[in-house]
Amino acid sequence: MPPDPAPPPTPLLTMSRITKTFPGVRALDGVDLEVRPAEVHCLLGQNGAGKSTLIKVLAGAHHPDSGRITWAGETVTLKSPTAAMRLGIATIYQELDLVEGLSVAENVHLGHEPTTAGFLVRRRTARTTTAALLTRLGHPEIDPNRLVGTLSAAQQQIVSMARALSHDVRLIVMDEPSAALDPDEVDNLFRTVASLTADGVAVVYISHRLEEIRRIGDRVTVLKDGRAVAVGLPARSTPTRDIVALMTGRDVAYAFPDRPAPQDRPGTPALHVQGLCRTGEFEPLDLTVHPGEIVGLAGLVGSGRSEILETIYGARKPTAGQVAVDGRQLRAGSVRAAVRAGIGLAPEERKAQALLMLESVTRNVSVSTLSRFSRAGWLDRRAERIAAQQATREISLRPDNPDAHVRTLSGGNQQKAVLARWLLRGCKVLLLDEPTRGVDVGARAELYAVVRRLADEGLAVLLVSSEVPEVLGLADRVLVLREGRLVHTSPARELDEHRVLDLVMEGSPAP
Amino acid sequence: MTPPDLTKAAPAQVAAKETASKGSSRLDVRNLSLLGVLAVLIAVGGITKPEQFLDTGNLQLVLTQASVIGVVTVGMTFVITSGGIDLSVGAIVALASVWATTVATQEYGFAGILFTAVLVGTACGLVNGVLIAYGRLVPFIATLAMLAAARGLALQITEGRTQMVTVNSVLDLGLPDAYVLGIPPLVLVFAAVTVVGRLLLNRTTFGRRTVAVGGNAEAARLAGIDVRRQRLYLYLLSGLCCGIAAFLLIVLSGSGQNTNGNLYELDAIAAAIIGGTLLTGGRGTIVGSVLGVLVFTTITNIFALNNLQSDVQQIAKGAIIVAAVLVQRRTAHDGT
Repeated sequence: MPPDPAPPPTPLLTMSRITKTFPGVRALDGVDLEVRPAEVHCLLGQNGAGKSTLIKVLAGAHHPDSGRITWAGETVTLKSPTAAMRLGIATIYQELDLVEGLSVAENVHLGHEPTTAGFLVRRRTARTTTAALLTRLGHPEIDPNRLVGTLSAAQQQIVSMARALSHDVRLIVMDEPSAALDPDEVDNLFRTVASLTADGVAVVYISHRLEEIRRIGDRVTVLKDGRAVAVGLPARSTPTRDIVALMTGRDVAYAFPDRPAPQDRPGTPALHVQGLCRTGEFEPLDLTVHPGEIVGLAGLVGSGRSEILETIYGARKPTAGQVAVDGRQLRAGSVRAAVRAGIGLAPEERKAQALLMLESVTRNVSVSTLSRFSRAGWLDRRAERIAAQQATREISLRPDNPDAHVRTLSGGNQQKAVLARWLLRGCKVLLLDEPTRGVDVGARAELYAVVRRLADEGLAVLLVSSEVPEVLGLADRVLVLREGRLVHTSPARELDEHRVLDLVMEGSPAP
Repeated sequence: MTPPDLTKAAPAQVAAKETASKGSSRLDVRNLSLLGVLAVLIAVGGITKPEQFLDTGNLQLVLTQASVIGVVTVGMTFVITSGGIDLSVGAIVALASVWATTVATQEYGFAGILFTAVLVGTACGLVNGVLIAYGRLVPFIATLAMLAAARGLALQITEGRTQMVTVNSVLDLGLPDAYVLGIPPLVLVFAAVTVVGRLLLNRTTFGRRTVAVGGNAEAARLAGIDVRRQRLYLYLLSGLCCGIAAFLLIVLSGSGQNTNGNLYELDAIAAAIIGGTLLTGGRGTIVGSVLGVLVFTTITNIFALNNLQSDVQQIAKGAIIVAAVLVQRRTAHDGT
């Protein structure tokens, strides 16, 4: 493809100042996006940056709180997925929405089957048009009669695209289409995308893989914390480091708590991980965290960060390796053993993995410590409430009300409720997975102070964050991961953001 | 080092009381509305058939009939609160009631019948629990299979015959002579099960874990709760309640039949749901369930007194279930 021509006068799609708030989280905070006809527009961002919310708005599945959407020069509202489809916007989600028990042709025409007399499906016509669409996509080898369930992931994706094209589509949104594909299948996908744009169809392409964006993208929009931090950058000429810095960097400088002077930490580490690995996720890993120490794991999505934490915690069974707390080995793959030994986890998906959303703060905080407030199973609810309140006060959870429902709390205070749970239990090792995800920018500094203070009180903290400045600002020691491998270890004060970015990306093609 | 604003959180205490009272009152409102429905029903009964309905013997009968299904519903409430379902309760009641009334069992007298009913019920619950918790079967499937198997086994034991109870001490429990201050012993058992169930759900670690598993099983697991063992106990508990109910039914009917407990599963689920227990789990109320049972039993009684056929009863039941759930959905929305 030639380098960017002069911008065409009318963009196909313009989204401006889009906001969308969910209880406790502002998912989109005034996002702009502009897509031109026949371009591949890449949408980049870490998990939780707002990409999926944005494409759901575009697909008509979410309604924005405010903002304007212009389609081919006219202001539109996308009331429903059908409305979006009618305009010519098709979305191919990561979880393909195909019916596995129907044939390729039936899936392609699902909901708008060619019929005689209104109800008799003209199967031959359906087959012919499907075959034509598949040929147009460069995959004539897929038989329209085959059951979709018997196709490979790559082939199913092609069927999804054929379905989109069976409508009169002018924009296709693809959510991480390459995630489930082998490298040579990715080449095929790129050829298909190229043939789409050659026909004048615009593509919004979402991916974490920077090298893909270089290969097929025309322009790039980077999202971060629900904001577009860069709109319409040229995809090929923008230096990789700039793009990664936009994804992982901070638009605000944070006050990180003071770090204690570096010290030798003799004695048994609170957490000692040896040779821990999970095939396909991360390679054998050794690490230690001493009491009072915060160790940060830095890496991009797909580097195995969260998988490592969950395996240490026993929520995933390791292929090999051991985890020891205070020198005592844990039973592998058992959350209960980990909790009993004194490990606590604040997981990445707070609502899905940590909180009981129907319950009060007290009950969320005490859930791991119930036996302490009970005799023969009988709960002392007063003692429970007082202890929970003490724990939440210690980290200034607001409102200072143990009976408040967690679902009414802000993201930052929900996170504090999770921390209070482990504080109350008196754990020795705290695993923090993206602790500031969904936390208001203003509340983060306070959360950092809490984490540092917990460490000062003797807790060993292992921190995972997709934001490099967060890891550098909070941790004493930083481990850098790339594609499931530990590539670097050093004290945080010896690293800067650029160095970490280089380590994180090494092997990515240079700009 | 101390971050500056960590301990200055006092002003928020005013808000504390507000939310506290709000949180507890919502449950009360739900129970109150059911109490209201019950009051209306009693008024309707009192007006349409004043002599028969308000007769002591009739009220005793209503409560006695409520006792059998009520005990089953208490167990069902626990299971539903944990996000599960138990479709096998009626079949377990049937199996326990016939196993406890075989000629061989009756030779051991009162204790033999009671012990067998409870043991058979609990054993069925154990099988359900093991299949669901450790065999990872979906509760719907596992308990559906138990429904079929237990009914079949009950038929095999009885060969379709009604097994009359010949142990007098058991039969005597159902006679007016055994009433305590005018209250039938069966009703006392129901009341005891209700009280124990309510305390177990609200005041113990067991109850708390049940709610946690139902509210968010993944979060419960990551909080260190043994979710599988909890599930096992819950189906065990439901089976135990079925065993107790089977014994009550033996006393009430003086016999054991393989057709006992027909469609109890639907009645128990319906009573729990209109009582305010969430079918998706995470919230349950024993008092609500018991009120639900009383509403249904009272309706049945009033309809029978007014010579309305059971088809009309069924329609009324269906309407009540829909109405109750619609009302609840409104109150649930108000709460958020």
